[in-house]
Amino acid sequence: MPDPMRIRATIQDGEATVRVLMSHEMETGQRKDAAGNVIPAHFIQSVVAMHNGRPVFRAEWGPAVSKNPYLQFQFGGAKAGDKVQITWVDNKGETRTDEVVIR
Amino acid sequence: MKRIAWWTVAIAAGALLSLVGLRAHAQPRDAVKEIERYREALAEGNPAELWEARGEALWKTTRGPRKVLLEGCDLGKGLGVVKGAYAALPRYFADVDRVMDIETRLVQCMVTLQSFTAAEATRQVFGDGTKRSDLEALVAYVAAESKGVVMDVPMTHLKEREAYALGERIFFFRGGSHDFSCASCHGEPGKRIRLQDLPNLIDPKDAQRAYTSWPAYRVSQGELRTMQWRLFDCFRQQRFPALQFGSDASIALTTFLARNANGGTFNAPAIKR
Amino acid sequence: MHGRHGSRREALKAMGLVAVLAAVPRRALGQMAGTAAPGIQWNAAAFNAQTVGETLKALGAGTPAPTADVSWGATPEIAENGAVVPVSVTSKIPGTEAIAILIEKNPNKLAANFSFPEGTAPALSTRVKMSESSMVYALVKTKDGKYFLASREIKVTLGGCGG
Repeated sequence: MPDPMRIRATIQDGEATVRVLMSHEMETGQRKDAAGNVIPAHFIQSVVAMHNGRPVFRAEWGPAVSKNPYLQFQFGGAKAGDKVQITWVDNKGETRTDEVVIR
Repeated sequence: MKRIAWWTVAIAAGALLSLVGLRAHAQPRDAVKEIERYREALAEGNPAELWEARGEALWKTTRGPRKVLLEGCDLGKGLGVVKGAYAALPRYFADVDRVMDIETRLVQCMVTLQSFTAAEATRQVFGDGTKRSDLEALVAYVAAESKGVVMDVPMTHLKEREAYALGERIFFFRGGSHDFSCASCHGEPGKRIRLQDLPNLIDPKDAQRAYTSWPAYRVSQGELRTMQWRLFDCFRQQRFPALQFGSDASIALTTFLARNANGGTFNAPAIKR
Repeated sequence: MHGRHGSRREALKAMGLVAVLAAVPRRALGQMAGTAAPGIQWNAAAFNAQTVGETLKALGAGTPAPTADVSWGATPEIAENGAVVPVSVTSKIPGTEAIAILIEKNPNKLAANFSFPEGTAPALSTRVKMSESSMVYALVKTKDGKYFLASREIKVTLGGCGG
């Protein structure tokens, strides 16, 4: 089971700001280990944020996004107490969903 | 033989010098400012939080053959008290009659409370990109619980004073293939390596700023790194023999650096290049 | 001080640092970024493209119009380490529905593509890897299918003793 994300969501003047820290190697697939073998690519490809059952943010990522990725975005139409779910899927098909309450 | 006019040589030398970026004073101010902006942009969303979360879980989970919590561990502020403990380490512990830093103390507790062997507890002291280190996670958690606390490393016990004195000797000790000491890079003001300003660790202000920013998520390592790692890496860069994890030398040097930072507000885990 | 560069290189290699320094390689070896995991939307052609032109084509961007109507926020001009370069982009172009980040000198140019449903700010902050100092592009797509390209140079340094 992949590590949980750290998510913070705050609201100001009707606009929610979401900050996410994900735990992921984001391996490019272009590095070699000490023995000279290629370390296989392992990186998040898709990120989706949901609020009240609808997607409020989407991202397609390549391996050039940094290890332990950080993401910040803003969306409207939310209020304190609402929940935001963030889901990522990586190139191996592994996935993680975490939820945060907007404060 | 063609004679080269002295002024062409002078111009060429000047051009070469400016290419190499040699200056009598510190580097261009806009580069320093931009690096400051880089560091500020990194401050939000520090991956160290992932280690803090893992460390907290390790602290609060029964582990080891005895299936016991680490919450029975005394980090210097009383049994199970984590808040403020890091900012008052290293310190003397009566139960072992020696000075310990956070890592040696954590290993001590893992062995005596949870019945891990010393070998098990120190099997992976530093994460290597594939294997994780429980110790790094625990240090991150304990350090985070000292955020905002003023550094207050004690110097009352004889062994604390001895550790400080030994650490000071090590700091100024020149050796290895390059005859480096810690002081070679960190014992004078205004030094730098390329674009990296070097803190003068015997100046109180620099010492506070430097020490209170470890442990840190090291971007270049992709790992959370502790003082034990930092000193190990310094020894490597000084071309010294490898600094043994948890050795008296490592504790003494940490005591010297930590005590010099007294009065500074602890601000780790930080994020660094 | 001795200038024994050869032994230093050997020492670095022995400590595996060569692998670390090669973490984000400068030269594409014809490496593919890969294929999409099942069940998700992922533009493999765009992520595998190895020139800016091919990437723009795979994104359907044709020849985007240059624009300065993009704010780069807290994006620094110098990164102390290319492994983590913070990028913040806000589009001021009305009707923005997507922003893609391209890095000119990376082996695969497309780093990420963000899309903003109705009601979401056309803005993002994230961190990318840069193999060397390079132009970074923000490709803006608007609802009416038009594309715009903003650019910014980011220099990458290697701090300290190189590790």
